[in-house]
Amino acid sequence: MSKQLESHIPEGPVKDKWTKAKFENKLVNPANKRKFKVLVVGTGLAGASAAATLSELGYQVQSFCFQDSPRRAHSIAAQGGINAAKNYQGDGDSVHRLFYDTVKGGDFRSREANVHRLAEVSSNIVDQCVAQGVPFAREYGGLLDNRSFGGAQVSRTFYAKGQTGQQLLIGAYSALMKEVSTGSVELFTRREMLELVVIDGKARGIIVRNLITGGMETYMGDAVMLCTGGYGNVFYLSTNAMGSNVTATWRAHKKGAYFANPCYTQIHPTCIPVHGEYQSKLTLMSESLRNDGRVWVPEAKNDKRKASDIPEEERDYYLERKYPSFGNLVPRDIASRNAKYVCDEGKGVGATGLAVYLDFSDSIKRLGQKTIENRYGNLFDMYEQITGSSPYEEPMMIYPAVHYTMGGLWVDYNLMTSIPGLFCLGEANFSDHGANRLGASALMQGLSDGYFVAPYTLGNYLAQQDLAQVDATHPDAVKALSSAQERIDKLLAIKGERTVDDFHKELGLLLWDKCGMSRNEAGLKEALVKIPKIRDEFWENVNVMGSPGELNQTLEKAGRVADFLEFGELMVKDALERKESCGGHFREESQTEGGEALRDDENFAHVAAWEFNGVGEVPILHKEALIFENVALAQRSYK
Amino acid sequence: MSNAAKKINLNLKVWRQKNAEDKGYFDVYKAEGIDQDASFLEMLDVVNEGLSKQGKDPIAFDHDCREGICGMCGAVVNGHAHGPKAKTTLCQLHMRTFSNGQTLVIEPFRSRALPVQKDLIVDRSAFDRVIASGGFISVRTGSVQDANNIPVEKKSADLAFDAASCIGCAACVAACPNASAMLFVSAKVSHLALLPQGQPERSRRVLGMVEQMDTEGFGNCSNEYQCEAACPKGISVQNIARMNRDYAHARFTSED
Repeated sequence: MSKQLESHIPEGPVKDKWTKAKFENKLVNPANKRKFKVLVVGTGLAGASAAATLSELGYQVQSFCFQDSPRRAHSIAAQGGINAAKNYQGDGDSVHRLFYDTVKGGDFRSREANVHRLAEVSSNIVDQCVAQGVPFAREYGGLLDNRSFGGAQVSRTFYAKGQTGQQLLIGAYSALMKEVSTGSVELFTRREMLELVVIDGKARGIIVRNLITGGMETYMGDAVMLCTGGYGNVFYLSTNAMGSNVTATWRAHKKGAYFANPCYTQIHPTCIPVHGEYQSKLTLMSESLRNDGRVWVPEAKNDKRKASDIPEEERDYYLERKYPSFGNLVPRDIASRNAKYVCDEGKGVGATGLAVYLDFSDSIKRLGQKTIENRYGNLFDMYEQITGSSPYEEPMMIYPAVHYTMGGLWVDYNLMTSIPGLFCLGEANFSDHGANRLGASALMQGLSDGYFVAPYTLGNYLAQQDLAQVDATHPDAVKALSSAQERIDKLLAIKGERTVDDFHKELGLLLWDKCGMSRNEAGLKEALVKIPKIRDEFWENVNVMGSPGELNQTLEKAGRVADFLEFGELMVKDALERKESCGGHFREESQTEGGEALRDDENFAHVAAWEFNGVGEVPILHKEALIFENVALAQRSYK
Repeated sequence: MSNAAKKINLNLKVWRQKNAEDKGYFDVYKAEGIDQDASFLEMLDVVNEGLSKQGKDPIAFDHDCREGICGMCGAVVNGHAHGPKAKTTLCQLHMRTFSNGQTLVIEPFRSRALPVQKDLIVDRSAFDRVIASGGFISVRTGSVQDANNIPVEKKSADLAFDAASCIGCAACVAACPNASAMLFVSAKVSHLALLPQGQPERSRRVLGMVEQMDTEGFGNCSNEYQCEAACPKGISVQNIARMNRDYAHARFTSED
């Protein structure tokens, strides 16, 4: 029953595709919109903006999140900024340039048509946010300020100190609460989605667990939108929030939604290094810091001197040396990999030797402490709070950490998955970033999908459906509910010896080691043998305390880790299958003589979309060819 | 990340409460061999891992981003909301703040308007309802002008940003002897009142939000400034003064 992948990209020149699609889309009559109910899962930038906009259009919306308030979603933690092709600085930016940079930055593994649409609506997003009262940084003349950001040669990034994500999310959240106040959005907080209800092949509902009462609840509707973020926490340590998980998309995958490019994960170059066994998460320092900070390590191996005692000529500013035209602003994957290389060579600094310096002393001399404080004050404070060391006085120590996942549920141009009626937005889908996401484009994509894409494409779907009336008593809904319940009962019945975190750490370390910054065939094959063993032991020997009918955080975590244990295997399979290096996926067997990533466009210029075929069974691979008509395929060079 | 992190032992007195109906009590735990570079929540993780291994119910506490920005975490530690360090959320409080052998009394944020749901977890949905009563600018997606058509004086923009940096954690309520939410509400009122975009609904907004705040059962402000002292983002009480002015103005001029 394997389906053909149909991306539904409109015909015609890339710059006209979205306009054409919007015109050709079927519309739902305004009076009929209120007859449709849409379930939106997740309240980050994608989810909150989609729920608010759909409600404004007249649809009935139910919005779900596992946190206590929609405002907590992890989009809030994004620091650096959001790109928009406004060309406010007059430095030569344009929709085409943003499109071009994003396709190239994604290492030619994203869809041109999607990326162009993203660049087209980028300006609307900033307009929308400003109108909502998002307090972006401004110049004295009252106009918006911009900065250049990770890998871009124009200043197109809008920002709000180091808390752009928070300010954009509060904007989307307030738009959502505006719709809650009119009664057109119903809000369900502290609900975690555990199953998708599919009826007659279409997504019609979800099963959630009420995290306060422990009760299972069924919600039915005409379409479901998953805006549930990425799967970075599969690695245990990541910059994601503790609750971020793959459960909603993985459950949908098990019901038939294809999972695309799961091996594409982004390792962010500027995070605070790991410092102990007890460590629960990694903290990102915005890469905007690389605008004014210089990355270096000592020339000599195992140099234990204090940074200030190492003279200039004994320092290796390795990014400036290897990549003179981009220097410290090379894309994330390159910055991360090079940090790994110098540390592997024994030049790393700090107690563990797994860190490099990010030094602001030159910028402080050049611009004054006041300017640096204005730009990065809160980031410096945060760093000092965590490490006890002040970046005004000593260089920061940084190391790469898992940050963002470019892979996700496969969606067509309309953001619909391979299950009709199931849409997937934001980080949870695979569509716009290819194999590597450029800085300041995650916020852009989340809001683009939610404010400006899904609200159009949903109508096109609904207008062509003749959906039967269904409710929670439908046999497929009842079955989904009982399967979610059985799973919970099973987890609680094991009463083994090991804690949930113990399994999660074991899985995470294995994946970081074998499927992290750099991968090879032998390591991936080894992981494929080990993961099923960890999973089997989990289901025999995990200890989940407490009962189902109460607030039970161990049970919540156990369910998420159980899904990571299945998902991790798919991630490794995908990495093994993709024998090329591209973007964040560095396959050791595929590199240039200079040690740079070597793509294989002949064999791998495709999206790998996996169809579920049973736990532990070989999944079915579907390939969607990627065609580049506007940006010529070229090896990325940032030298 | 100091090279020689010290390990310390602590005595914990932690509020345990099974659910909203339960009466609750303090239980005593030992936290041993805690790395001083660990965060407060990582210390609780270590204690919970130990409790789980002994077959005891771990301490429930809210947390998510652990970067001090989501506003999910929070507890009262030795009488201080988010612990003794200024401008710090609980997740960003590190154990180097404490000394070996110290006793820590850990309680939930308490207020009639924020009922305890379990152990250190409280229900803050009152804050969402306050925001839904006017804490927004009513613009429809797409029907807006170019962003640079709305210049904003830098000073106002900066003050609006400062007010908007509120993370909605409710420490201000926990710290206030009256359990007032004025700092939270005034931060949102000020953020939007300071911007040209917020003017059309300025009166309506402040009236609606204050009314909802009262309905939720939050107390009134008696200028104790405890809220500002506890606020992890350093939100100023000047916002409360601004809200009071706006409220008085709106009451006298509103025709609603």
